[in-house]
Amino acid sequence: MKKHTLLLFKNRRPGETVFIEEYRKQGGYTALFKALREMTPAEIRDTVKASGLRGRGGAGFPTGTKWSFFPSDQGGQKYLVCNGDEMEPGTYKDRVLIEADPHQLVEGMIIAAYAMQIPTGYIFIRYAYKNAFDCLQRALAEASEAGFLGKNILGSGFSFELHLHGSAGRYILGEETALLNGLEGKRANPRSKPPFPAVRGLFDKPTTVNNVETLANVPHIINGGADWFASLAYTEGGAGTKLFGLSGHLESTECHELPIGITLGDVVREYGKGVWQGRRFKACLPGGASTPYLTAEHMTVPLDFAPLEQVGSRLGTGGVTVFDDHTCMVEATLNLNRFFARESCGWCTPCRDGLPYVSWLLEKIEKGQGTMEDIDNLRHQVHNINGRSFCALAMGAMGPVESLLRLFEEEIVDHIRKGRCPLKS
Amino acid sequence: MTKPLLNLEKTEQLRSHAAQTEHPRELIVDVLRAIQEENGWVPDEGIELAASILGLSPLQVEEVATFYDKIFRHPVGKKVIHVCDSICCWSRGGEWIVQILREKLGIDLGETTSDGEFTLLPTCCLGACGEAPAMMIGFTLYGNLDAEKIEAILAKERSGGRP
Ligand SMILES: Cc1cc2nc3c(=O)[nH]c(=O)nc-3n(C[C@H](O)[C@H](O)[C@H](O)COP(=O)(O)O)c2cc1C
Ligand code: SF4
Ligand code: FES
Repeated sequence: MKKHTLLLFKNRRPGETVFIEEYRKQGGYTALFKALREMTPAEIRDTVKASGLRGRGGAGFPTGTKWSFFPSDQGGQKYLVCNGDEMEPGTYKDRVLIEADPHQLVEGMIIAAYAMQIPTGYIFIRYAYKNAFDCLQRALAEASEAGFLGKNILGSGFSFELHLHGSAGRYILGEETALLNGLEGKRANPRSKPPFPAVRGLFDKPTTVNNVETLANVPHIINGGADWFASLAYTEGGAGTKLFGLSGHLESTECHELPIGITLGDVVREYGKGVWQGRRFKACLPGGASTPYLTAEHMTVPLDFAPLEQVGSRLGTGGVTVFDDHTCMVEATLNLNRFFARESCGWCTPCRDGLPYVSWLLEKIEKGQGTMEDIDNLRHQVHNINGRSFCALAMGAMGPVESLLRLFEEEIVDHIRKGRCPLKS
Repeated sequence: MTKPLLNLEKTEQLRSHAAQTEHPRELIVDVLRAIQEENGWVPDEGIELAASILGLSPLQVEEVATFYDKIFRHPVGKKVIHVCDSICCWSRGGEWIVQILREKLGIDLGETTSDGEFTLLPTCCLGACGEAPAMMIGFTLYGNLDAEKIEAILAKERSGGRP
């Protein structure tokens, strides 16, 4: 196994949380000093842009570019929001990060806020993450006590207040505009874009929303520099490391920090310790429940944004869920689609009505009652839902369905011909 | 007199917080969660109380309360069991775990045991995918479940402790 550099997990020890004393001993908050004392906000934005950091929340939007659209020089109220909803099945890396070393996120948010001259921030944490919430609550108190939050931080004249918001369920709150409605205490349906949050976000003020892991990378970029960060990736076009949360039919299902661009095969063999029970690899979701499947022929594909798009999938959140050769892909897709149908916020018809119909079709096929026409129907639904829904939830739901049709058509047909699931005796 | 929905101290704390906040409405989820923590669930009077604390109409609170699956607008047992039915747990026997829970508790999903101890609900991914199959009782996460573990967890949770 090649040795690689750890940033986010460098202080991580199983079952423990690193708080301020230990964090500072390991160099924590030196990036904050550097940023506030030696760098202008514009220099920080430029450094993050040059580092090649892309959003870790699923969409992979370049962080520096997002920050460059922000009206940093505009006075008055503006907001920085950290998205810690993390409810996409297969994704648990933000929880592991926060529970291991929460001050990275706090430090990253202070630097990001300074870079965009934002006076107020929120960290949004899902209901189920009580422990992560408690870790952050303590970290925020410690950071305030140390003078890293509040008024005139380190004598720089910059002030930043950071609040913690505990949510109460529902996947849709991870969608950034739904999250903003949720924070405001409104029903959390998404908003139409434009206006984008950078123009009109939380309480109608300019707002930047970033993922937990994205923000936690910022102190490391400030300390190590843009070129160093970019050089950590194994791929030419990639940058940095990524948290990969492994799950499904692997011998070992843990969360690892690995260089961007590591191949799927290396992740499965070296970190997942191979497919469980000596079985064969059949497929995987490379980056959470909304990313199209990969199969055994994709073992050499680098896990990076562009290479995964080239093979019809996405890096998403980096949650790798593996399926062994005993898995029925129709049934797996049915499970995934039921999740999306249940979590639909009900705002638009393609999603509210389309997803249950897709579930119904998949269930019919899985039960052995499908017809060849149902395959056409499924295809039609994918086509009909993609690009027609109000937010990206329904499009995400079509990821697995589209790839099922593309990669496992034979398996679907087999269900129909045999009149039963061929993988069940 | 019946037990108040929210003790006086907490009510006052939330009221003064709301008075100092520029947008009191942002506290809806906090207030609902506080009422639920004390009461187990949020009855109609809880919606009205939250509305009065935040200076909103009950309808404004209700449309938020009914959006979230972890705010209960129906009575639940002393402890709510959220069993994960998403893909990673499914891949490692999640359906079987639900079956075991149903049998051991003698109830179906969505029901409460006759002694009022447990309510069993399905939930989407708990962010414990590396420890699948998983469930959450109250706020406690339990992973790598099997029949034996479930037996021990239920016994301990029933007597108030943790395994
Ligand atoms: C249905 C849906 C759920 C999402 N859930 C999350 C989430 O849990 N966490 C997250 O960071 N981003 C989530 N996103 C993406 C956010 O909308 C947004 O792009 C992201 O928070 C931006 O942060 P980043 O640029 O740092 O990745 C979700 C998007 C959609 C459409
Ligand atoms: S796509 Fe689904 S989740 Fe998004 S707005 Fe439409 S109904 Fe709501
Ligand atoms: S799928 Fe069950 S915890 Fe993630």
